[in-house]
Amino acid sequence: MSLDSKIPEGPLAEKWTKHKFNLKLVNPSNKRKYDIIVVGTGLAGGAAAASFGELGYNVKAFCYQDSPRRAHSIAAQGGINAAKNYQNDGDSVFRLFYDTIKGGDYRSREANVYRLAEVSNNIIDQCVAQGVPFAREYGGLLDNRSFGGAQVSRTFYARGQTGQQLLLGAYSALSRQIAAGKVTMFTRNEMLDVVIIDGKARGIITRNLVTGKIESHSAHAVVLATGGYGNVFFLSTNAMGCNGSAVWRAYKKGAFFGNPCFTQIHPTCIPVHGDQQSKLTLMSESLRNDGRVWVPKEVTVAEKLRKRQIKPSDISEEERDYYLERIYPSFGNLVPRDVASRNAKNVCDEGKGVGETGLAVYLDFRDAIKRDGIEVIKAKYGNLFQMYEKITAENPYETPMMIYPAVHYTMGGLWVDYNLQTTIPGLFAAGECNFSDHGANRLGASALMQGLADGYFVIPYTIGNYLAGIPNARVSTDHPAFAEAEKEIKDRINTLLNIKGTKTVDHFHKELGKIMWEKCGMSRDEKRLKEAKVEIKKLRDEYWKDVKVLGVNEELNMTLEKALRVADFMELGELMVEDALDRKESCGGHFREESQTEEGEAKRDDVNFTYVSAWEFKGDDKPAALHKEELVFENVKLTQRSYK
Amino acid sequence: MEKERNYTLKIWRQPNAQSKGAFKTYEVKNISTGSSFLEMLDILNEEISEKGEDPVHFDHDCREGICGMCSLFINGRPHGPEEEITVCQLHMRTFANGTTITIEPWRAKAFPVIKDLIVDRTAFDRIIQAGGFVSINTGGVPDANAIPIAKHDAELAMDAAACIGCGACVAACKNASAMLFVSAKVSQLALLPQGQAERKKRALAMVEQMDEEGFGACTNTGACSAECPKGIDLSNIARMNRDYFTAAIS
Ligand SMILES: Cc1cc2nc3c(=O)[nH]c(=O)nc-3n(C[C@H](O)[C@H](O)[C@H](O)COP(=O)(O)OP(=O)(O)OC[C@H]3O[C@@H](n4cnc5c(N)ncnc54)[C@H](O)[C@@H]3O)c2cc1C
Ligand code: FES
Repeated sequence: MSLDSKIPEGPLAEKWTKHKFNLKLVNPSNKRKYDIIVVGTGLAGGAAAASFGELGYNVKAFCYQDSPRRAHSIAAQGGINAAKNYQNDGDSVFRLFYDTIKGGDYRSREANVYRLAEVSNNIIDQCVAQGVPFAREYGGLLDNRSFGGAQVSRTFYARGQTGQQLLLGAYSALSRQIAAGKVTMFTRNEMLDVVIIDGKARGIITRNLVTGKIESHSAHAVVLATGGYGNVFFLSTNAMGCNGSAVWRAYKKGAFFGNPCFTQIHPTCIPVHGDQQSKLTLMSESLRNDGRVWVPKEVTVAEKLRKRQIKPSDISEEERDYYLERIYPSFGNLVPRDVASRNAKNVCDEGKGVGETGLAVYLDFRDAIKRDGIEVIKAKYGNLFQMYEKITAENPYETPMMIYPAVHYTMGGLWVDYNLQTTIPGLFAAGECNFSDHGANRLGASALMQGLADGYFVIPYTIGNYLAGIPNARVSTDHPAFAEAEKEIKDRINTLLNIKGTKTVDHFHKELGKIMWEKCGMSRDEKRLKEAKVEIKKLRDEYWKDVKVLGVNEELNMTLEKALRVADFMELGELMVEDALDRKESCGGHFREESQTEEGEAKRDDVNFTYVSAWEFKGDDKPAALHKEELVFENVKLTQRSYK
Repeated sequence: MEKERNYTLKIWRQPNAQSKGAFKTYEVKNISTGSSFLEMLDILNEEISEKGEDPVHFDHDCREGICGMCSLFINGRPHGPEEEITVCQLHMRTFANGTTITIEPWRAKAFPVIKDLIVDRTAFDRIIQAGGFVSINTGGVPDANAIPIAKHDAELAMDAAACIGCGACVAACKNASAMLFVSAKVSQLALLPQGQAERKKRALAMVEQMDEEGFGACTNTGACSAECPKGIDLSNIARMNRDYFTAAIS
């Protein structure tokens, strides 16, 4: 099978407009004859489901939480980008496009990214009309801030709760459609498989998380909007329930997986406190605008700090290494996420890390407080400092914060064409769960933009084109394909329940996380990746022999839910390792030690790797097949990033 | 300060909605003071699972105080002893070594128990569906800056919009009233120009749905706001009442 990205012809700036004109339409009175399933009701799925309902389609929407208002989009703090140029500082659709392509280290499609920048402005209009309370200036107009090293102020925000407010906006639009009877919402329901009939996605199988009932749902098209799979690493900034199961099941049914190894590791998270840790908390990147990152120059000093024999304030200026300012004089503490993360790891590996575990670096506000006064710092970061203190019981006004990188976002996901359709006709993917738009590294405040762009402004058009091309006859869930898929799931559940082994699901998840973090994390090399492959395989075999899953299927059983997710994470982890092995270059968040400059910076290899990896499932225990989508750049020139 | 602590836990166990529940006592040991309350429960669950006992079920997801999923009634208070915090952000250093901690689900007629500490809060969704939105479709809206909003109003709207829909207000109220939750959404939209067209209709419809769901009446005790993890203010209730009464008589 060959990959067709379906990028429209014509000049970049006209592609989307032309494409929209060429898309087939479903006549308004016919829309009610089509059913669409939307799995996931975060920003992408919530926006899509609401928009489909408004257009007149019949929608069934699913989420695993008790309400669509709780999707993990809610946790985004910083903001959402748009090319409004309200600040008159030289922003434009082209600049946002350019920054996103460059930030992604030239591993995304020009046409997709341009469209994203183009519709970004509509998103802000839409959200304001819904009543999203964005921050405002005294004159009553919208306020912006700069974010993630951008040279213009294009980030819209609602205090430190932008994701929450955008999600509640989408949730309110969705609620309106539920009340109107156009969307039927299934909460506490987990999708466990897609059903393919005659080569097309025609439904899904779900497990009702309260009763355990396995159910079939049919439709004319299925949209997955199930978020990221960062929890492969066990510890991440994702919510506890975030999972890769929906996309993984789609992959196993024939949807190609794009760039699985592209993971974003965020530099400013609260460090791990010990073995009892269950998840990691992000501290907003904006802190790097005023905080200075440092560790002691000497390992012996770091040792004393770890043992609490001395305090950070005891360390003189000469004994401190402000390593980002030293290595990158022009960007300093504001280098991109991947660069900041990798350097933190390097200094900790050298034994200069602080905190009890030695896996932390300081983010120090002493000089900023001296310069601007405590009130200014409080006004900017008060809520973040408070959150930090709640978690760590340390006061960042008095002693430097401690931070360490953590898994935050997955750029990889289901491969989709320009229409957001996967390689399975009728199966679409939106939001973080697809691979599009961010290349090898995502810029701050761009995920919220992408989720809402996909949901409100892209997929409502492209799905119409698909539906207009297929007959409106419904398939019944009595079709044997549903029974077969249900049986497969019931068998898998029974197998898990009957292993009755000795180790808990969490034990295996933690082990997997350790392998992934150490061997397929911030920096990767062939030797360790190969080890990881063997180790994951071994862990997976052990899982299916020795995992302990208590209870029965026919009840609320959180251990069983987790057991199903962890089983999929292990397989997904293997594919991530495979992809990382294949990509012998360094790019964005993917750092291959074999591919670095003399100064230890990431070195891209454009001659050999200017492609998207799209992996095809070939059967359990058979190697996946790699397809390459060559990326063509007509509007930007590929340059090596330099932040020196 | 000792770094690891031991506790006695009295936890509400109830296999499903139909069965009667009861407290069961557990001991947990060597809990790091840096652990969160939910991590402490994770440890308990690992231990009892290893012994073959069904783990204690509780709702949680983001574990950073924003999704509103976690919902435990600890020592007689929703989200435990600290102010303006959800239980997922509560850390064990708050609890002295050797103490007994009582953990119950939210208790309210409109929030029936599903299992152990998990309750059904879909009533909140139905209240939002009754009118917690601005009736606009995707596309065709004016430019965002065409609707100027005074900073002060935008800030007040944001204060109200900060509600995470956890239900602590209901759990805190002796009448199990949902007035704080409902008024937060009504207020947010009433404070903004976008919400004016449907302002009265919205207040009526949402209050009506609230009553239908079986939430109790508000007797102004203020417990809801005092226990709200996001500090949603009582003035929202007053604002909603004004809208509701003017709508009801007009
Ligand atoms: C802590 C944090 C801070 C962030 N800050 C920012 C920021 O400031 N700016 C920015 O642009 N981006 C930010 N991001 C990234 C951004 O928030 C996410 O990428 C984005 O919100 C994802 O949206 P989504 O709709 O794709 O997925 P989600 O919001 O994760 O929604 C996933 C949905 O799928 C459902 N689901 C999942 N699996 C299943 C299944 N098997 N069956 C049924 N339903 C399922 C869930 O219930 C949920 O409804 C942040 C991310 C994190 C973790
Ligand atoms: S788990 Fe999300 S608020 Fe506590």
